[in-house]
This record gives sequence, C-alpha cells and structure tokens, in this order.
Amino acid sequence: MPESEATCCQEPEVDFVVLDRIIRDEFGGRREAMIMMMQTIQRRYRYLPEPALYYLSQVLGVPITKIYEVATFYASFSLVPKGKHLLHVCTGTACHLKGSGGMVRHVAAKLGIAPGATTPDMKFTLETVNCLGACAVSPVVVFDDKYYPQATVGQLNEFIEKVNAE
Amino acid sequence: MATAISTAPDLAWTKKISSPQELASFRQAILASLDPNAPRIRVCCGTGCKAVGSLDVLEAMKTAVAAAGVDVHVMPEVKRTGCHGFCSRGPLLTLEPQGLFYQRVKSEDTAEIVQKTIIGGEVIPRFLYKPPGSKEAIAKVSDIPFFAKQTKLVLKRVGRIDPFDIRDAIAAGAYEGIAKVLAEMTPQQVIEEIKVSRLRGRGGAGFPTGVKWESCAGQAGRHYVICNGDEGDPGAFMDASVMEGDPHAVLEGMAIAAYAMGSDRGFLYVRMEYPLAVQTLTAAIRQAEDLGLLGQNILGTDFSFRVSVSTGAGAFVCGESSALMSSLEGKVGRPRAKYIRSTEKGFRDSPSNLNNVETYANVPEIILRGGQWYTTYGTERSTGTKVFSLTGNVHNVGLVEVPMGTSLKDIVFGIGGGVPNKKELKAVQTGGPSGGCIPIPSKFIDINVGFGKLAEIGSMMGSGGMIVMDENTCMVEISRYFINFLVEESCGQCTPCREGLTRMREILSRITQGEGREGDIELLEEIGQFTNNFSLCGLGTSAANPVLSTIRYFRDEYEAHIRDKKCPAGVCKPLYYYEIDSEKCTGCGVCRKRCPAAAIEGEKKKPHTIHQELCIKCMECYRNCKFDSIRIM
Repeated sequence: MPESEATCCQEPEVDFVVLDRIIRDEFGGRREAMIMMMQTIQRRYRYLPEPALYYLSQVLGVPITKIYEVATFYASFSLVPKGKHLLHVCTGTACHLKGSGGMVRHVAAKLGIAPGATTPDMKFTLETVNCLGACAVSPVVVFDDKYYPQATVGQLNEFIEKVNAE
Repeated sequence: MATAISTAPDLAWTKKISSPQELASFRQAILASLDPNAPRIRVCCGTGCKAVGSLDVLEAMKTAVAAAGVDVHVMPEVKRTGCHGFCSRGPLLTLEPQGLFYQRVKSEDTAEIVQKTIIGGEVIPRFLYKPPGSKEAIAKVSDIPFFAKQTKLVLKRVGRIDPFDIRDAIAAGAYEGIAKVLAEMTPQQVIEEIKVSRLRGRGGAGFPTGVKWESCAGQAGRHYVICNGDEGDPGAFMDASVMEGDPHAVLEGMAIAAYAMGSDRGFLYVRMEYPLAVQTLTAAIRQAEDLGLLGQNILGTDFSFRVSVSTGAGAFVCGESSALMSSLEGKVGRPRAKYIRSTEKGFRDSPSNLNNVETYANVPEIILRGGQWYTTYGTERSTGTKVFSLTGNVHNVGLVEVPMGTSLKDIVFGIGGGVPNKKELKAVQTGGPSGGCIPIPSKFIDINVGFGKLAEIGSMMGSGGMIVMDENTCMVEISRYFINFLVEESCGQCTPCREGLTRMREILSRITQGEGREGDIELLEEIGQFTNNFSLCGLGTSAANPVLSTIRYFRDEYEAHIRDKKCPAGVCKPLYYYEIDSEKCTGCGVCRKRCPAAAIEGEKKKPHTIHQELCIKCMECYRNCKFDSIRIM
C-alpha cells in the first residue's frame, strides 16, 4: 500500500492538487473510472474524506448523491477514518470451517467494537473479508498487511496486547 | 495489500512482431536461447505460498545462487494453488531438469539446496512430500498422486512459466492461437470451431460459449469483450490462479473472441482482493502490446484490440453480468432484468460479450487443436475439463483440474487424499454461497460432476468451488453462514431476495442459538422456495439453495437443534460444551497451554478438567488434542 498522508488521529487536510492528479491525470476525468478514482483516493487517505467527494462530484459533474450511493454500496469504501492498525479476519468458507467466526467474535468482544468498526482511541480497526484465496492455510488473518496463516486466538490476543502497549 | 514483484522485462525497445509467421520464429529464437538441461528452480509465489513466506525464499534463493556462482535461472512460479494443499507446510520449489518437488522450504535452507541438489545432484529427503498414511517419500512431481490424476488444459502453463515475463509464455506456446486465427481463419470459422467444441461458460450458468459469441457478433454497433474476473465465491480461487499464473491465456482468449465478434475493445474486471492478479495482468498487457500481440494492428494485421484492467470494489453481486457491466461504467452494480440480453445491449448500451476467466483460457487451445479434439474430454453435455478449488477439511487443498464427469470420489479421495485427522466426511458443498451441500456418505459420492448432474441433486456447478466438510461441521450453522453472507451481499433492489434472506437469517440464527421453534423448518422451506422463484437475478434465484439443500438432506440435524436443543457437530455454542475424557487424557498439558481463556486446569500427567464458566469454546483444545480426549457434549 502506498504511503498514507493521514495519521490516525487527525482529519487529513485534503490536497486538491493531489486530487486533480488522480482525477484528471491518472484517469483522464472519465466518469466511468469513478470507482477506481475513489479507490485511489481511499488508498491515500485510508478513507474517503467528505471534501474529496464533493470535489470529485464537481469535477466529474456527477451529483454527490450518486457518489454517496457508490461509496456506500461497495464494501471496500469507508466514509470514516480507519484506525492506525488494521486487522482483517478472513471469513471465507474454508476459514469459517476452521473457526474464523469465533475469532471475529473474540476480537470484537475484547475490543468492545463490532466488525467494521474502529476503537474510540483510533488505534485498532477490525474488518472481515470474504475470501483472500489463501484457503489452504486457513484460518487466515491479515494484521497490518502481513498474512498470518493458520492463525490462532492466542495470536490475535498478542496483536491486541501489542497495540494496547503502544 | 503490499506485494513485492519481480521486475518485468522492458520490451519497449524490441521490434514488434509483424506477422503471424514471425511469431513462430520469435518463439524458436527464445527456445534456442534456452538450454533444456540447465538447472532451473521454480519458487511458488501464489497467494497461499506467499502467505507462508515464499517471497523471502525466492529472494534467499537468488542470493544463494549468486553466492554459489552457478548458472541457474530463478523464476517466480506464481501458482496460487501451486502448493497443492501443502501450503500449510511452507513454500514450494520445483527443480528442473530432474522434476524434483520440494516442500516446506525456508529461506535458510536455500544455500543447502543450491550446494547439494543443484551442484551436487543430491536429493534432500526432508523436503520431499509424503502422502498421508504413507512412509514413502515421493521425489518427483509426476509421481505425486495429486498431480498424476489431473488433466491440465487450462492450468497447463500455470506454475510453469514466469507470469511477469512474456517470453516465457511465448516459449510455452502462448499467442499461437491468435496467430493461427489471424493467418487462416475468418470470424465465422472461429465461432464455428467454438460451437463444435461445445464449450460452456465456466462462470456458473454453463451457457454455450459459441452460441453467445454468435448472437453478439450478429448485433450492430461497437462490440465489447469483457472478462469476468470477479471471483466472489468465498473458498474459490481458480480464476485468481489462472490470472496470476498465466495471464496470457486469458488475454489471448479475449483477443480471439474479439476477432470473432469484430470488437476492438476489451475489459478485465478483477476483484480488488486479488492485487497480485491485477499486477500480473497489467504487466502482461504492457508486454503483449510492446510485442504487437495486443493493441494496434496485432501481428501486423488490420485487427486491433485494446484491453484494460478495472478493479471491483468489494461487491459479490458484481459477479452477475449486468451488475458487472454497470460497475464497469463506474456505477453501483445492480443486476437488471434480462428481457434484453447483454449481447444486444450491455456495457455502454452496446453489444457486449462477457465470459469467465476460465472460459477465455480454454479458447486458445480449442483453436489450435480444434473443437473436435476438445470434445474428447468430458461428457456428452459437459465437454472439456473444469478447475475446482478443493478446500475445507481435506488433506490436499488446492486447485484440481479434471475432465468433466469425474466422480466426486476421485476428486475428494483420489486427488484430495480424503479427510484429515481421522474424521468422517459429512458433505461436499459445491457452487459457492448459493450452491448446495451434497450429503456423503451416500450414493452421491459416485456421481459424475457436470453441469446437469449437480443441478439434479439440488446443488450446482457454480464457478467451481468445492468445499469438503467433516463431521464437525454443523449444517444448520453452515447454512446460516451462507445466508448471512448473501444478506450482506444482496444488492437490495428486489423484495424476495432482500426480505426473504433477512427473514431466513433471523430464523436460522434463532435455531443456532437454541431458540428454534416447531414449524421453523416448514417456514424456512416456504420462504426459500418463494425467494428462489421470484427474485430478479441469477444470484437471487439460487440464494435459498443452501437452506433448501441442507433441509433436504440434513433435516434430522435441524430437528436436533429445535427439539433436543443439541448441536451434534459441536458448533453452535449454546448447544454443546466440551469435556475432557479422563480415561483418554494423558495430562500432556497441550490444551492447558493453548487455552486462551485459561479455562483448563490440571497437573502434569494427570487428567485435566475444563472450567465451563471460563470456557469460550474457541475449539483450540479440541483441535490440538492428540489423544482425542476432548469430547463434544
């Protein structure tokens, strides 16, 4: 993942030069490339900042409601900032058979947040993902972009402890 | 997710290949430059192996080879399933020319392998594979039953070539199909050949590909060729491995389709969860354009075809053709009613042909060897081969390509090696979330897997997911799992799917929590049939299959949950508890150490006990006990 501008605790300053580069230069301002523009914006800010979406709406001439529709329809988009550390638990069928559902419940209970949510201190975001295609080494979790094959509840506890110790 | 890639060769300086005939000489030149007896190490860098550190092994191997000063070509072998179920035991290597197969290789082993095997020619026994229940290690790839029992047409180059180097693919025969088409076939002849092969769409519906192409070709207007790489079924990764391992097969298939339908523009829609596939495809397109195999005036002819990659944004429903096209246009992906087919009015309201990754990957070989040849594989109604992703509770997890009509038994036991940990096989689930569960043991173990047969017994082929379930799988819970998945992924525009699924989830959740009521089963059947009959798109009309098929074959399990408040498989938490069998427990302490809730107590070498009030039922003790002493009560 490219370097993120934003740190966890502050609202990012949206840089319109950067947005222009994404919308006009990289994707030629094409309406059809809107989803990919939004993905690029999200990669930069780790979520979709509201001012960026308004700007997108203005440049593309697409009503903001349509952009909001797309942003809420697709699971990968987030309208709220993510925590500093991201934990993805794969809940694909193979991982599910090996107990990934219990892992999600365990972490959710331990952190006091629902899957998809971020802890109030903005340190930890818990996400589920439908299938990472690494079914042979299930259950799989991805913590801060690193894959952990055959993950255990004990390992998840270690992640949480590590983050809490920061 | 961050991925390190090998650098693609820069071919921009090369001369474009200017005629179909010149491709053959280009290929000969590459082959001539290769010494067939040169040692070659292939490191599997598919997602499975990557998860256990194969990229580190690749780097270490390069370093080790450089340090030893031998002349070896280190190629990243991108094969998501390449691990063939041994992913759990670490990254894989194949060593040519001996055809050796090494598993569970670590970075620190690389120097030893170079010294002993590459230079010394010695086989190192500890890296060899031993089949379950056998003491005999197998050295060669070709002797391992998992490979020996497969027929590889689609996957023939996957895992053998470097997907980031087009020269490797060309040496192995890529783009010969498009060269043949451009040199000697008319578009009608191409369509005819595909019709003769009786190739059916591999995405799930099984529509005859040749018929689809013909109907699209007959339309007026600009034509689009679209590839569906939005493999959304959880537990399925065959398309991913084709795109990652042999992107050129897909691109060549699309180019042939474009020629047949008179199209000059194509799109590949790939799931965002497959970052590696996006990288391999993007690199492959660039290199193919540099060599004049894609883009303007392909192979010096008048035919031009430009392809680009678009990524999805995480919506299962976008695997449906009309939803996918709408998503390609940058909109939300909601299926539309199909009184007008996409081949008439699809992407940008123009005639659009959409096929699955595996369908396109089949095309070049059909063109080269003829449609008649293709029909020698498979059955009368389902020709050719099919790639299945065999996952779940089975020894050899991986991609399996077999001729259509192969029996379930041959796949699950012959290739898959059966169920691990001495458990009983309970069911095989096919067809993704909206497929069905086939009960085993029953007569179904011998059914021949094909489009028609699976539908007959209440399941479906789908895109080729095959999930093996052992005795510890609760069928009520698994059906709740699939329905829950579909509730989240339903686009919500039509009522039967949106409301029907939500109601079924409510009822199933209640049953799995021990609050099932008399009449729940009948209610589920009624809602299920309604949902399947009245939903708009293909996903909705099969959405209730997991419920209906599990009720059909595992009704007693539903009744145990509802009447006896018991979960026989030990999955639904409120309906069971663990107990340690004091007769069997040796007091080894593994469960005590593993328990994350500190709920297990006991002295060394004495039977342990579980404190029920502390137990979180995470299964850690059950899974790790070597003496079978943890019981589900």
